[in-house]
Amino acid sequence: MSRLEQHSAYNYLRHTKKFPNVWCAGCGIGIVMGALIRAIDHLELDQNDVALVSGIGCTGRMPVYMDFNTMHTTHGRALAFATGLKLAQPRLKVIVIMGDGDALAIGGNHFLHAARRNMDLTAIVVNNAIYGMTGGQYSPTTPIDLRATTAPYGNVEPPIPVGELAIAAGAAFVARGTVYHAVELDRLIAQAIQKEGFSLVEAVSYCHTTLGRINKLGTAGDMMNTIKNNSVTLSAAEKMSEEDRQAKIVRGVLRDVERPGYLRLYDQVIERAIAQEASHAG
Amino acid sequence: MTLKLMQGNEAVAMGALAAGCRFYAGYPITPSTEIAEVLSRQLPKLGGKFIQMEDEIASMAAIIGASIGGLKSMTATSGPGFSLMQENLGYAVMTETPCVVANVQRLGPSTGQPTSASQGDVMQARWGTHGDHPIIALSPTSVPQAFDLTVTAFNFSEKYRTPVILLLDEVIGHMRERFDMPDFENVQRVERLGVNVPPEWYKPYGDSVSDVPPMANFGDGYRYHVTGLFHDPMGYPTQRLDEIEAWIQRVNRKIERNLDEIILTEADGLEGAQTVVVAYGATVRSARHAVKLARQRRHKVGLLSLLTIWPFAEAEVARLAQNCRRIVVPEMNLGQLALEVERVAGRSKVRRVNLANGEMIHPQMILEAIEAH
Amino acid sequence: MPDKNASGNASKLTDTGRIEIRLAGEGGQGMILAGIILAEAAAIYDGKNAVQTQSYGPEARGGASKAEVVIGEGQLDYPEVLNADALVALSQEACDRYASNLKRGGLLIVDAEKVTRLPVSHAVKVPVADLALQATGKAITANVVALGVLVGLTGVVSRQAIEKAVLGRAPKGTEEINRAALKAGLDSAGAELHL
Repeated sequence: MSRLEQHSAYNYLRHTKKFPNVWCAGCGIGIVMGALIRAIDHLELDQNDVALVSGIGCTGRMPVYMDFNTMHTTHGRALAFATGLKLAQPRLKVIVIMGDGDALAIGGNHFLHAARRNMDLTAIVVNNAIYGMTGGQYSPTTPIDLRATTAPYGNVEPPIPVGELAIAAGAAFVARGTVYHAVELDRLIAQAIQKEGFSLVEAVSYCHTTLGRINKLGTAGDMMNTIKNNSVTLSAAEKMSEEDRQAKIVRGVLRDVERPGYLRLYDQVIERAIAQEASHAG
Repeated sequence: MTLKLMQGNEAVAMGALAAGCRFYAGYPITPSTEIAEVLSRQLPKLGGKFIQMEDEIASMAAIIGASIGGLKSMTATSGPGFSLMQENLGYAVMTETPCVVANVQRLGPSTGQPTSASQGDVMQARWGTHGDHPIIALSPTSVPQAFDLTVTAFNFSEKYRTPVILLLDEVIGHMRERFDMPDFENVQRVERLGVNVPPEWYKPYGDSVSDVPPMANFGDGYRYHVTGLFHDPMGYPTQRLDEIEAWIQRVNRKIERNLDEIILTEADGLEGAQTVVVAYGATVRSARHAVKLARQRRHKVGLLSLLTIWPFAEAEVARLAQNCRRIVVPEMNLGQLALEVERVAGRSKVRRVNLANGEMIHPQMILEAIEAH
Repeated sequence: MPDKNASGNASKLTDTGRIEIRLAGEGGQGMILAGIILAEAAAIYDGKNAVQTQSYGPEARGGASKAEVVIGEGQLDYPEVLNADALVALSQEACDRYASNLKRGGLLIVDAEKVTRLPVSHAVKVPVADLALQATGKAITANVVALGVLVGLTGVVSRQAIEKAVLGRAPKGTEEINRAALKAGLDSAGAELHL
């Protein structure tokens, strides 16, 4: 029996202080929050040793509901704040929670460089393909031809493949899950948290309130079903043609390599500096 | 003590180390880059950390993150980078996170003239980030003072839980002067007020006698929330008018009630002076020269050097204005701090001396303003 | 008689014993480093006060660059040159640009080969670059030769101080070359004085 079953998720929530939450009924973000709690519980991490850092947007609100060291920062910059925090307090598990616009538009540069440095952070990108909090503007992951309040004639900008971008930039661990496959998401997040260096979990979600309504994609349940029907596991995807695969959400661990994390590398810098100082003194 | 010919930027870096700075994040930009270069070499020797971030926005974010993690932190930049830092500077104000931002001013706007001197960011330092907020900005007039005021900047930031801006200009940043640097153990350091209550009693933004709430570092066992939204004493976002109002009042009050300590000035011959020069930064050096010559010519001239630019030395300037006939305000800009002097002393009493082409103000220009009728 | 000339006034402003030196050349000739060395000689090894400033284009090479050193006994107010007591110019452009506020009767030292048009009637012409090549085989030591000429002619800092300052800044393994360059400059100044 897991600790969670013994103590319930409430141990990890600020339920007496901060609820109800800001999310629309049926939103997928809460499922990601649940997955994160289950992952942390499974790993038996001390709540004092975990920090959650977020940016701005619907997803950015997640940390305030959770009983850890929590930081709700500026739009797009969560990874940069988290970088400073992690370097100052290496023993903290620092988990960065972002939306798609947050992580990849305004925060795209930080995303690239956190992955390139292999900074010891776990990033969770809740990808709902829209700016939800501001009311449904197209984001860097909005599919082509879908409409948004700022793409009334259909979006013409191709979406960024989030996981593939992180792989190209050098992340040590990259996984993709969905809010439909919640149990799988727990596992992916737990794996990511244990990884040295930069780990990313893309959690594919949806926004029935904006993207769904504008494009007549149905209720939250309908959109959840779409995710279910459109996604395949990595092993299934490998058997598909390139063209078929392109149309699918491929779930699973997309990359898992051993690469020294930034903290271990910077410890070498400290060692070299001290050794050089000692040799000069001697 | 170590006798050196030291550059202003290096003195900032050494002052930071002396003050206990153990984290630097920054992005290269002329004319501030030497601060980063020195700290990249020195910090790891002390077990501290240096990181070159992808831009100035990230740099400002990283030092706030590190400060919340418990390290004294700083960044350094110049005009264009300072512009990029403004949003997160506001976050530091809102979250009451101690940190130091050195801005070695260069000629602007925009890319401007990277190696030319300027004092054009005085108002940006005050109001660059949006919303009503207090700020502390210090401006050294020499290399030894760049060291001292960097220490002071860290001490103020920790004591008052506020970002402090070190407003250098290119002249002071790049100039080399004789400096007998004190041993770091002899430098007076202020540490942030820690928490001495159990976690369940801790209010990260609660009222306190000093208006500066004790600060727990992430990882110390006090799990709390930090946000750029208006927040209640527990740190949780609030829309309650009384809580918003209380925050604004307290955060401004914590600076205002300590003006005597925060406002640093140097007075030279103000007693009985008919004309007073009010200057700051490298311009003080021009002013001293001009004042000496004016005294040789038997003018009764005083010099008030403002080491603290923000908050503005309102009371001191008001006192001066009552007793002197004229106040001369030389600046390497088109008149920024002069606006404050005029507000306090009245426009008719103030004579501005301005130069905004990248050159230092020549003492002759100030002398002419002192002598003009 | 009040002097209406602005720079004339400024020269009377000088602090006690204030001496102003300007060192100019092409970017990359090491004139800023020469300025730092001169200031270190004064401030660290001669026990005086000194302040060094500089100006250069953002580009690392080419263009004219200058270093200024103000040396004095007590507090030095204005850190830049008001009226140079001495100007060392190693290129024509540097001479053209920076000779304007050379004090009346001030000392102008130029590289004899590179500066042909002179702004004042009298200048000390020394083949600085040639001397550097002869003494060390390296044109890059011209800045140290120039310092030798300046110190030899003016005594603005002591010979011991300039030697310590040059060696203090010399990269490991180049001490002898730098010593030779300094000596070449000092010797040529000696020859000038005996003309």
